[in-house]
Amino acid sequence: MHDMATALPASKPKTIRFRDPQIEMAHGAGGKASRRLIEGLFAPILCGLSSEPLNDAATISINGATIAITADSFVVSPLSFPGGSIGELAVNGTVNDLAVSGARAEALVVTYVLEAGLPTEILEAEVRAMGRAASAAGVAIAGGDTKVVEHGKADKMYITTAGVGRPIPGVQLSARSARPGDVILISGPIGDHGITILLARGELDLEADICSDTRPVIGLVEALAAAAAPGLRWMRDPTRGGVATTLNEFARDCGLGVCLFEDRIPVHDAVRGACELLGLDPLHIANEGQFLAVVAPEYADAALEALQRAPGGQHACRIGEVREQPARSVLASTPYGGTRIVDMLVGDPLPRIC
Amino acid sequence: MKFTDEFRDTELILRTSDEIRRLADPKRHYRMMEVCGGHTHAIYRFGLNDLLPPNIELVHGPGCPVCVLPMGRIDDGLAIAAEKDVIFTAFGDMMRVPGTHGSPLEHKARGADVRIVYSPADALKIARANPSRHVMFFAIGFETTAPSTALTLMRAKAEGIRNFSVFCNHVTIIPAIRAILDSPDMRIDAFIGPGHVSTVIGCRVYEWIARNEGKPIVVSGFEPLDVLQSVVMILRQMERGEAKVENQYRRVVPWEGNRAALKVMADVFTLRSYFEWRGMGFISQSALALSDSYADWDAERLFNVPGIRVTDPKAAQCGEVLKGVLKPQQCKLFGSECTPENPVGALMVSSEGACAAYYQYEHRKSQLVSIPA
Amino acid sequence: MCLAIPAKILSLVEDPVHGALVEVVGVRRRVDISLVEPEGIAPGDWVLIHVGFALSKIREEDAYDQLRMLAALGETEAAVQEVEGYFEDTAEPHAKEDSYP
Repeated sequence: MHDMATALPASKPKTIRFRDPQIEMAHGAGGKASRRLIEGLFAPILCGLSSEPLNDAATISINGATIAITADSFVVSPLSFPGGSIGELAVNGTVNDLAVSGARAEALVVTYVLEAGLPTEILEAEVRAMGRAASAAGVAIAGGDTKVVEHGKADKMYITTAGVGRPIPGVQLSARSARPGDVILISGPIGDHGITILLARGELDLEADICSDTRPVIGLVEALAAAAAPGLRWMRDPTRGGVATTLNEFARDCGLGVCLFEDRIPVHDAVRGACELLGLDPLHIANEGQFLAVVAPEYADAALEALQRAPGGQHACRIGEVREQPARSVLASTPYGGTRIVDMLVGDPLPRIC
Repeated sequence: MKFTDEFRDTELILRTSDEIRRLADPKRHYRMMEVCGGHTHAIYRFGLNDLLPPNIELVHGPGCPVCVLPMGRIDDGLAIAAEKDVIFTAFGDMMRVPGTHGSPLEHKARGADVRIVYSPADALKIARANPSRHVMFFAIGFETTAPSTALTLMRAKAEGIRNFSVFCNHVTIIPAIRAILDSPDMRIDAFIGPGHVSTVIGCRVYEWIARNEGKPIVVSGFEPLDVLQSVVMILRQMERGEAKVENQYRRVVPWEGNRAALKVMADVFTLRSYFEWRGMGFISQSALALSDSYADWDAERLFNVPGIRVTDPKAAQCGEVLKGVLKPQQCKLFGSECTPENPVGALMVSSEGACAAYYQYEHRKSQLVSIPA
Repeated sequence: MCLAIPAKILSLVEDPVHGALVEVVGVRRRVDISLVEPEGIAPGDWVLIHVGFALSKIREEDAYDQLRMLAALGETEAAVQEVEGYFEDTAEPHAKEDSYP
C-alpha cells in the first residue's frame, strides 16, 4: 500500500476560465462544456481555489459527526418514460450521488418548480412516484418547497433535491488513491436510460423494448463495501455524458490512464441497435441505475462476486483497468488489437447519418 | 447483429491482418485513400490503423458532405430559419457546424425553431402536423442520401403539401475524386471506394479511375473485415501491376447501381453547373439542385438567401487535409485554435471529418509507448 | 452519407405507402422500401437502411462467400487463388482476366 505522501503527483490544476459569452445547452450535457462551466465559473467563485477534484457529494463535520451532503436537479422531457419518471429519477439520483460518495442517504429535501397550467394529475403522479421511490430506497423525504412560474417558464416541472447521509464505515474514496493495475467494474449494462429518453421524445420514430435503468444503487454499494472496502478506491455514477465522461474525469483527477476492453462492456441488444442506427456510442449515453468502481486488484474478485450476488447486480462485470498510459486519457481496445481514445463529448450526443 | 457481428470477428480480422502483412512489400510505401467519411470514422472507431504495417498509409479523402459545405451555405440555411414561422430541420450532423453567426444549435438557443430529424420523411411529417408553419429541410449528403430527399419531395408533391421545402446541398462523389486525381500534390496509389454511395451509383462509374489514371479502386463495406479485405484486394492488384475496379461489398452493392434510385434522382434533381466545395474551390457539375418541376418546394427559390461567399481563415488548411495532402495534425491550427469545441473548419466539427476523427480517437495515442492488446 | 445498417423486414405496411416495418436487434422503425421493391421484398428479407429508406437488399450468399473466403486466408496459396475467382464482379459473365500459373 503506497504512502500517500509519496503518492503519484496529482494532475496539475490548469486554471480554467469560463469565457463563453452565453450559456448553451451543451453546458448542461455533462461533457466538456459542463466541466468548463463548473471548474471555470462556479468552483472558483464559490469553493475557492482548490486543487481537490470535484466530487458528487461533500462531507462536512457538525459537532464531531461526519455527514455527507449532496444536491441535484432534474430536468427531463418527457416527464414520464418507460421504466420511470422524473419523481423516481430525483430520488434515485440523489441516493446514488451519496452512495457513490460512500454514504447511505438518510433524508432528502425536495423543491418543485411548477409551470402554471400543469395538470394536477401529472403532478400527483410524480409525487406518488417520488414517494414510492423514497420508500424503496429507504430514505425519508423530510421537507421541501414549491414555486410556481408562468406558463412557458419551466418545462412542466423542475425538481431539485438536497440529500444528507451517513458515511459507510471503512470506505475512503479518492481518485488519487488509484494505482496502475487497479480494476474497473461496472454494475450492469450501459445506455438504457439515455436511449429510453431519446426514443420517448418521439422525434426519431423508433420503437424498442428498452426502459430506463433508474434504481437506487446503495444496496450494491454496501455489498461492495462489505467485501472490498479496503481496496475500494473510487466510485461514480455515469449519468449525463456516460461512462466515457465519468472515466475521463477520473483519469484527469488521478493523472493515470484508463484502458477499457470493448468486448467486455455490457450493453443490451436494443441499446446497441439504437446506437448503431443513430451513430451513437453507448459509452456516451446517460445511465441512472449504474455505477463504476475502481478496486485494487487483490480485492477485485471478491468485489465482483459480492456485486453479482447482490440483488440487481447479476450483470456486474470487469470492463477495464487503470494503467500508467495514456495518462489522463481513456483508451478502448478490441480483442484484435485495435485501439481508440474515448473522449468526453462537448455536449449531448447527436444522432448522425454520415 | 446479423450482417454486422460476423464482419467484426476477431479470428478473421487477425487472419486478414496477417495476409496484409504478408502481401505488403517492405520496400514500398503504400498510400491508399478512403474517399468516404464513413470509412474515416470506421477506421478510427475500430482502430484499424493498428492492424496495418507502418508502410501502409490510409489517407482521408473529401467524402464528408458536411465538411465540404462552405460556411456561406450554412448561413443561407440559417437565414431561412430566421424567417417567421419557419421550422428548420436537418440531420444531427449539421447541428454544431458553425455558420458566421453560430451553429444551428446556437441559433436554437437564441429562439429559432431548429429540430433534428433522422429522415427527410420525418421533416415532411412535421410539415403535415404544422400546417400553419413552413418546414424547411436542409438536405446534405452524397448520392447515398439524395434518393431519399427525392422520394420525400415526390411524396410532398403527390400529397400537395405546400408548407415544405428543401434547401438542397447534395453533392456528387465522382467530381470530388476527379479533383483529387487532378491535384498536382496527388500521390495516392489506390482508392478504397465509397460503399454506400455505390449502392446507388454502382461500380461501373469508377472504371475511368482504373483505366485512365491507372489506380486500383475497391468498393468497400464499413465493418473491420470489409476495410481490411479491401486493403488485401488492393495489395494483390498492386503486386500484379493491375488497376481495376473491384466490388468488395458485394452483399450490398450491385454492380449496376440502383436503377430505381437513379430514376427518382433524375426526376427530381438537376445538376448545378458548378458548386463551391469548402477547401477545394468551385467544381463543375458536382452538386444537385431541384428541377423546375419541383420549384415550389425549392427553398432557394421560395426564400431570399444572402448567397454571400464566406472564405475560410487563411490559416486554416482544410482544403489540404480534405485532399489528403496534409494530415490533420499537420494543420497549424489543429488542437490549438481549432478543436471540436471551437471548430474553425467543418472538418473538426463533423464526426466523420478527418480532423474530428483524429482528434477524438487518436491524437493522444502518440503518448503511448506500447499497449498490450 | 455513410451510416447505413442492415435491418430485417418484419412486415409490409401501408403507412408510408411502399413501407415496411424493420428491426435492428429489437429496435423497430417504419422505412420506405420504394427503392428495393422492384427486386421483390418480403418479411424475413434483410435490407440496408439509411435515413429511413431501404437502399439495397442484402444478398446472404455473398455475405457467406466473403466470410468463407476470409476464413480460407492463411491456407495454402493454391486454395486462396482458387477462391479468388469470387472477387471478380465484371459485367460480362466471366471474363476472368487473371490466370494463375
